[in-house]
Amino acid sequence: MRFLHLVLANLGRHKLRTLLTTASVALALFLFASLRTVVTTLDAAARFGSARRLVSTNATGIVFPLPLSYANKLRAVPGVEAVTWANWFGGRYGDNKRFFAQFAVDPQSYLEMYPEISLPEDQKQAFFRERSSAIIGRRLVDVFGWRLGQNVTIRGTIFPGDWTFTIRGIYTPTDAVINDDMLLFRHDYLEERVGRPGIAGWYVFRIDDANHAAQIARTVDGQFKNSSAATKTGTEQAFNASFATMWGNVSLLMGTIGLAVVFAILLVTANAMMMSARERTGEVAVLKAIGFSDRIVFGLVMLEAAAIALTGALLGLGGAKFLYKATNFNAAGFLPGFDVTTSTLLLGATVALLLMLASGLVPAIRAARLPVVQALRRVE
Amino acid sequence: MALVEIREVDKTFQRGSERIDVFIGLTLDIAEGSFTALMGPSGSGKPTLLNLVAGLDRPTRGSVRVAGAEVSAMRPNQLAPWRARHIGFVFQQLNLLPVLTAYQNVELPLLLTRLSRKERDERIRLALGVVGLEDRLSHYPRQLSGGQEQRVAIARAIVADPTLVLLDEPTGQLDARSSGDVLQLLGRLNQEFKKAIIIVTHDAHAADAARTVLHLDKGRLIERQGAAV
Repeated sequence: MRFLHLVLANLGRHKLRTLLTTASVALALFLFASLRTVVTTLDAAARFGSARRLVSTNATGIVFPLPLSYANKLRAVPGVEAVTWANWFGGRYGDNKRFFAQFAVDPQSYLEMYPEISLPEDQKQAFFRERSSAIIGRRLVDVFGWRLGQNVTIRGTIFPGDWTFTIRGIYTPTDAVINDDMLLFRHDYLEERVGRPGIAGWYVFRIDDANHAAQIARTVDGQFKNSSAATKTGTEQAFNASFATMWGNVSLLMGTIGLAVVFAILLVTANAMMMSARERTGEVAVLKAIGFSDRIVFGLVMLEAAAIALTGALLGLGGAKFLYKATNFNAAGFLPGFDVTTSTLLLGATVALLLMLASGLVPAIRAARLPVVQALRRVE
Repeated sequence: MALVEIREVDKTFQRGSERIDVFIGLTLDIAEGSFTALMGPSGSGKPTLLNLVAGLDRPTRGSVRVAGAEVSAMRPNQLAPWRARHIGFVFQQLNLLPVLTAYQNVELPLLLTRLSRKERDERIRLALGVVGLEDRLSHYPRQLSGGQEQRVAIARAIVADPTLVLLDEPTGQLDARSSGDVLQLLGRLNQEFKKAIIIVTHDAHAADAARTVLHLDKGRLIERQGAAV
């Protein structure tokens, strides 16, 4: 502690340089935390889901629909207890600055399939009664200020035209498998408006025993194997994971970008530290001449690197944690539950520690090994 | 017994393929409580001798003893604490750390001791008082004149009460008046506070202030003036 003022004084020697170096470390760790949180959020989303719920999509790809007639055939499969279906709507609201997901669902069977969607009974009945009604997640109330009974018009993209829905319910998710910023409207309303094509985006069905999942999935896919719309059936978790990986290998991409950013900043920081140490060759020689040991000189330089890395880590990691929490960030609905996890903070702190070692070690060793006589002669 | 005993010291530097013999068989003693000036032309080995005495450099052959300790045989990890305890060093330039105040610069050697904050404070104020800069405690080096900077450096050199104070061209960068102040201060430190002092200088006035003058040339002691050991 008695050397602290010496460390602080050295850091204050070039205030702007110290500030910029610290800011670059903070920015690197902020980006690191952000990119990693994208990965952890996607991973977490992929882990949600009931083991007793299976999802069937078109084997060709999720963007291709399945016939609505499959519903009855699925109900007839042994082990299947209940069936529901849904369609991605993909509409835009207002200036589209705030995206949120909209799904056309079969009201009764969908709400029965997902007890995690908590909705007051009277609102549920209103949704069942009124064909153009919709229910919304609580977050949309916060975001748009919508209220029960309000008409909301959404511009269709996959299904063109203006679609007006009357809000009849505001649900609260009881489990992370359900996002709190969806708009669910009735599938029969969609069918009616687009001329009854008889399609569903995907099917969800509940099975009697999670241990039968693989066998039932095989039965379902076998049943439709030679039809015009073959199915691909998997668990709800696998379905969520497939959504998460729709953008390709996101984890690898984000991880690579994160490492590249950290490495780039490492070079900047190391360069700044070495420049700072080089400028002080004469001063280090004087310190050694008055009795500062190699170990103390090494420690002083490492403490400087530590102060920069620690401050950068606090600002970068703390800033990411606080900012995303305070703004309730969810990447316009794509990344619900976006929160910098403790493991990300610990990993970020480890990165900061490595950054400190990598940027501080070389100048610290050089300073410690500096031959006093040569250094003084060079300076003089 | 002499404070500094230099026996049969050779010091050789290698510059590329060229071998430079700075000292060959140098032997000399410097007495306790003395004020010695090392003089001689450039290349005579004055700063090298100072570095050997301070343990900053090692002789190629021979021995250097200071206050009974075989400095030339000490390991690097022994030298730093020994220097902190026994040597006060003043350089011609680059003496003070520009980011520290006069007070903090003088405190540096004391950071290596076990003294409490209060004890350190007392010592720093005493040392700065001795050099007449008690009113410049919180001034940074850039706010001080060259002479004042050198006096702060002297305060730093004496604050830990070392056995020996070594000064390399202490007046080399100073005007006549500042130079006179610094020499007067050194004389006072030697006579009043009984500090043993060795200065390297080209300045005849500086040499006049010393009680012993050693003339070096081509690595040999060619003349001794003033008090003998």
